Amino acid sequence: MAEKILMKGNEALAEGAVRAGCRFFAGYPITPQNEVPEYMSWRMPEVGGSFIQAESEVAAINMLYGASATGIRTMTSSSSPGISLKQEGISYCAGADLPIFFANVVRGGPGLGNIAAGQGDYFQSTRGGGHGDYYTIVMAPNCVEEMGNFPRRCYELAEKYRVPAMILADAILGQMMEPVEFDFELVDPKTLKAPDWALGIAAGRERRIVRSYDLREGKLELLNLERMERYRKIQEKETLHENRQTDDAKLVVAAYGTSSRIAAGAVKMARDKGMKVGLFRPITLWPFPAKALAAIAEHVKNFLVVEMSMGQFVEDVRLSVCGTARVDLYARPAGVPSADEVFTEIEKVYQGIR
Amino acid sequence: MKLINKKPSSLVDKPMRYCPGCGHGIVHRLIAEIMDELDIRERTVGVAPVGCAVFADEYFNCDMIQGPHGRGPAIATGIKRSKPECIVFSYQGDGDLASIGMAETVHSAARSENITIIFINNAIYGMTGGQMAPTTLLGQISSTCPAGRSVAVNGYPIKVCEMLAQLQGARYLERTSVSTAPGVIKTKKAIKKAFQNQIDCVGFSMVEVLSTCPTNWGMTPVQGARFVDEKMTPIYPLGVYRSPEQ
Ligand SMILES: Cc1ncc(C[n+]2csc(CCOP(=O)(O)OP(=O)(O)O)c2C)c(N)n1
Ligand code: SF4
Ligand SMILES: [Mg+2]
Repeated sequence: MAEKILMKGNEALAEGAVRAGCRFFAGYPITPQNEVPEYMSWRMPEVGGSFIQAESEVAAINMLYGASATGIRTMTSSSSPGISLKQEGISYCAGADLPIFFANVVRGGPGLGNIAAGQGDYFQSTRGGGHGDYYTIVMAPNCVEEMGNFPRRCYELAEKYRVPAMILADAILGQMMEPVEFDFELVDPKTLKAPDWALGIAAGRERRIVRSYDLREGKLELLNLERMERYRKIQEKETLHENRQTDDAKLVVAAYGTSSRIAAGAVKMARDKGMKVGLFRPITLWPFPAKALAAIAEHVKNFLVVEMSMGQFVEDVRLSVCGTARVDLYARPAGVPSADEVFTEIEKVYQGIR
Repeated sequence: MKLINKKPSSLVDKPMRYCPGCGHGIVHRLIAEIMDELDIRERTVGVAPVGCAVFADEYFNCDMIQGPHGRGPAIATGIKRSKPECIVFSYQGDGDLASIGMAETVHSAARSENITIIFINNAIYGMTGGQMAPTTLLGQISSTCPAGRSVAVNGYPIKVCEMLAQLQGARYLERTSVSTAPGVIKTKKAIKKAFQNQIDCVGFSMVEVLSTCPTNWGMTPVQGARFVDEKMTPIYPLGVYRSPEQ
C-alpha cells in the first residue's frame, strides 16, 4: 500500500474507483476527462468488470441506473456539458435511492465554454442539479492523491445513506500529475454484502422493484420526508473540511478544490509578510461544513472567498456566517487566478481591516 | 376436472389499469405466460417505460425497474452486463422507443446487446392523452395534429423494424399484431423466440407489436382492432425482418 505512484488526476480517479470495488463503468468522451474512460476501457475487463462507451451521456447514466440497481459499485464520469445531460438520470437515481458514484471534471462554461478549468458547476452540484427535491454528496479534492482516495469514501457514504455521491474536480486536477498513495486496502467486491434491495436472481425471495415514482395520494411526500431525514443526518455527521492558521487569523480565505491550492500559496505569502491570514477549505461541498465555518466566524470577522465562478460558492459561505462577518468575493469565472493575484486581493481586504 | 387455463404465476394477481380494448394487457399476459413456460421468472428483470405501461413494474411478478422515458435499452444494458445470468427485457411504447429513446434503441441493437425488447406500437402517445407519435399514420388525427398528420409539417411515420434491419447487431426483429386471435398466438410465438434468443445468447431481439389505443383513437375496442388491420398493417407489414438463422 505505502507505495507512491506518479499519476494523472483522471487516472488516479479511475484507479481509485477500481480499488474501491467499482465493477461497472459507462461513459462518453469529453475533454478534460477522457483519461477516465480510456483507463477504464482496459482496467475494467482486467478486474472482471464491465466497461461501455455509451452512445451519449444520457445513455451512460441510464446504464448506471440499471447496473447499480443490481447492487454493484458503478461509476460514470464526464465534464460540464455531459453532466448537464445526465441530470435527469441522476434525479431518478436519487428518487430510487440508488447509491451511484460519478465525477465531474469541470471545464469552463456556460455552453460549450472551453476545456480549461472552471468552478461554474457549483450550484448544479450542491443544489441537486436535476429536477425535484434531492441532494448529492459532493466531495472536492484539491490534489491528485485525493482524486484517488475520495472515490472509496463516496461509495461508502452513498451506500450508507442510499444517495448519489460525486467528485467535483476540474481540468487542472484531472490533467496534472502528482504522486499518489492510496490510503485504503483494495476492496474485493465479493466481500461486500449484497444490499437487500438489489435486483437479480429472485429465487427464494419476494420480487423487488426499483422506481422513483409513487402516484398514491400523499405517499410521495412521505418518501421525501424519509429521504429528508437521511439528508439531515448526512449534514450532521458527514461534513469534512480543513482549517489552516485560522486560530489567530484576522482574515480567512475560503476556497475549495484548485482554488484552495492557489489560495494556500497566497496565504503563505501573506503570513511571510506578517499578515494574520488563514484558510478555510471545505472538502465536502454538500453537506457544507457550515458549523465549522460559523465557529471560525465567532472570532474572525473578515472572509475572502476565492472561486473560479461568478459567486456561487460565496453563497454558502455567507449563509454559514449568517451576517456575523464581512464576506468579500474574488470571482474568476472560468479564469484561473495566480497566487500573486490572490495575494493582491488579500492585501486589499487586509488593509481595510487595519 | 382438468385445469386448461390459469393466471400465469409471472403476473401479479391484481386488476390492471389499462382501458377496455387496450393491447397492453394482452401483451403483458403473453410475456407472463412465456416466463412461466421458460421457467425464468426468478431470474428475469423487467424494465418498465414511461408511458401507459409505467405500471408494468406492478404487474409482472419478477424483479422490475422503472426508469426515464426512452432509456429502457440503456437500463437493460446496465443490468445485463452486471448480471449476465439474468434475463432482461425492456417493455416500451412507440413514443418511448422510437422518439425520445431512438438513440438507445439503435445503439443497443448495434451493440447486439443480449436483451429482449417488447415494442408496443399503438401509433399514439397514450399516457399523455393522444399526441402524435413517431409512428402516427399520415392523415391520422391526434391532439397535436388535429387536422391529421401531414408530411409537410410532421414528416413520415418511422418504420422501426425496417430501419433496425439495416443493423448487423439486430439479430431478431419481428412485427406482429394483437388485433385478432391468430395475431395474438403469433405474437406469443414471436415473444417467446425473443426470450429464447436471450437464453441462447443470440443477441439483440425485438418484437414490434401493433397494438390498440381505442381511448385516444376515439374508437370502440372493435373499431380499434379493425383500425390496426385496415390502416396500420398496410403501412407496417407484419413479418420477420431479421432472424438469427439468416
Ligand atoms: C423526459 C420526459 N418527457 C416527456 C414525458 C411525458 N410523457 C409521459 S408518457 C409519454 C408518451 C408515451 O407514449 P408511448 O411511449 O407511445 O406509450 P403509450 O402510453 O402510448 O403506451 C410522454 C411524452 C416524460 N415523462 N418524461
Ligand atoms: S390510453 Fe390507450 S394505451 Fe393507454 S391504457 Fe388506454 S387504451 Fe391503452
Ligand atoms: Mg404509444
